Amino acid sequence: MSSAARKRLVTALLLAPAAVWLLLFLVLPFVAIVVFSLGERAPAGGYQPALTLAQYANLPARAAAFWNTLVLAPAGALACLLIAYPVAYYLAIKVLPQRRLLLVALIVIPFWTSLLIRTYAWMYILGGRGIPAFLELVGLPDVRLINTPGAVLLGIVYGYLPLMILPIYISLERLDRRLLEASADLGATPFSTFFSVTLRLSLPGMMTGFSLVLILLLGEYLIPTLLGGGKVFFIGNALVDLFLQSRNWPFGSAIAVALVGIAVVLLLAANRITARLSGARQVDLL
Amino acid sequence: MMRAFVIAVYGFLYLPIALVVLFSFNAGRHASDFTGFSVQWYGRALSNTFLMEALTNSLIVATTSAALASLCGTAAAIGLGRAGPRTRAVFDALFGAAIVVPGVVIGIATLVALVQLFGIVNPAIAALWPGDAPPRLSLGYGSIIAAHGLFSTALVTMIVRARLGALGRDMVEASSDLYASPFTTFRSIVLPQILPAILAGFLLAFTFSFDDFIVAFFVAGSQTTLPMYVFASIRRGVTPEINAIGALVLVASILLVIAAQLLLRRRRPASA
Repeated sequence: MSSAARKRLVTALLLAPAAVWLLLFLVLPFVAIVVFSLGERAPAGGYQPALTLAQYANLPARAAAFWNTLVLAPAGALACLLIAYPVAYYLAIKVLPQRRLLLVALIVIPFWTSLLIRTYAWMYILGGRGIPAFLELVGLPDVRLINTPGAVLLGIVYGYLPLMILPIYISLERLDRRLLEASADLGATPFSTFFSVTLRLSLPGMMTGFSLVLILLLGEYLIPTLLGGGKVFFIGNALVDLFLQSRNWPFGSAIAVALVGIAVVLLLAANRITARLSGARQVDLL
Repeated sequence: MMRAFVIAVYGFLYLPIALVVLFSFNAGRHASDFTGFSVQWYGRALSNTFLMEALTNSLIVATTSAALASLCGTAAAIGLGRAGPRTRAVFDALFGAAIVVPGVVIGIATLVALVQLFGIVNPAIAALWPGDAPPRLSLGYGSIIAAHGLFSTALVTMIVRARLGALGRDMVEASSDLYASPFTTFRSIVLPQILPAILAGFLLAFTFSFDDFIVAFFVAGSQTTLPMYVFASIRRGVTPEINAIGALVLVASILLVIAAQLLLRRRRPASA
């Protein structure tokens, strides 16, 4: 065997396990839900082969879930962005380098800790025996915090803030400080330096964070379930209902395909916008 | 002012976590009646057999999926370093999808595909099986491990690749100039330098799997993982017992993530 052929064989063997995994548990499942979305619901629930777009035509039946998701997810992502930017800016530009590692680690840690428990914490805080009970003590009875859109929004910001801070921090940290000095030397005020240099160069990081958070929010289930209490339901709630309760798999598959479609459109749009506004290359994830 | 804002954000991130831990030691049932220090809820949680069973399941699933992902992900990271640009682009797109596609979609897609697959494979096994009780494939440990392994493999590949990219080529070249075989070079030069990244990947993959609710919710079959158990108890009503489990889960994942961070941040050994 020639050494080039041997090298290729070794490379293929190294990639094979991951390829099998990707094929069996990503590509195949995705093909399966596309096929299912073109089928019909079997009388007893589940799937019956067919070739129809009826499930897609039926999507408006779950318009409320789409509407809630498509309002609260972008609103949540925007709120994350507005809160995350000053934090990322502070960490990347203002903080002493020797303290930076620790402070960034403190942002990473909550991201990797159980979203379920962290959301539960807010259930505990906002629930009837939490803040409202204390408000009652100071003479403000009947304040309702949990099971409202506001509670869901709060949970979203709380859960996804770290994921927004990190990419913005990375893009700001890579920013060449000499550009800021040059801008100041050329007589720009700090204000205009920020808008024409800093903000612009951190745009790829902002777009990465925003699209990542938005896409993950589109599939969010725990936060609307625990903090929205069945009143604020997302596409994720519709999917759980259709797959695990009413067992209408073809319709559920159509919703899932629609969700992925929306996510892909958003990602492409985000890439276009980033490319147009900054001309810079994409910032890596994490 | 900015400083105050940043401090407030850190408070926002950590206060709810701190409250869960604090109230897990509350003798009373509710936040509004803090009646003293007690570890009774921990005792209750630890003597709950359903809970312990769910915990065992979660540990089995998380360890296995993280171990498999570490092997596949490391191999893929090394393979991608040697592969052509087209192969790399395909893998990049698929790994990207594995990370970005929301868990709820991964969960249902895996459920749908596996149920179909079992529908084909099980009759085939039954037809070929010589004995009376042919084995039946079904949802359970295997499907949770497989579905978690997808995200985790993508994650480990990303982390190990970043480390490989930062690796100096000079030592690898020196090694082969000195007639070391590629395998020897890998074992004695490359592996020691990427090992912290592999370990960090393992820990993060473990944490992901241990904390995941939504993927397991769809593909667990009759099994229950710890987050599934906790979710079901929360739906039945907030109890201090959940605070105790929650506090334990939070502390465990925080320790794992700190360990992963330390491994990733560790300076490269000073060049000899």
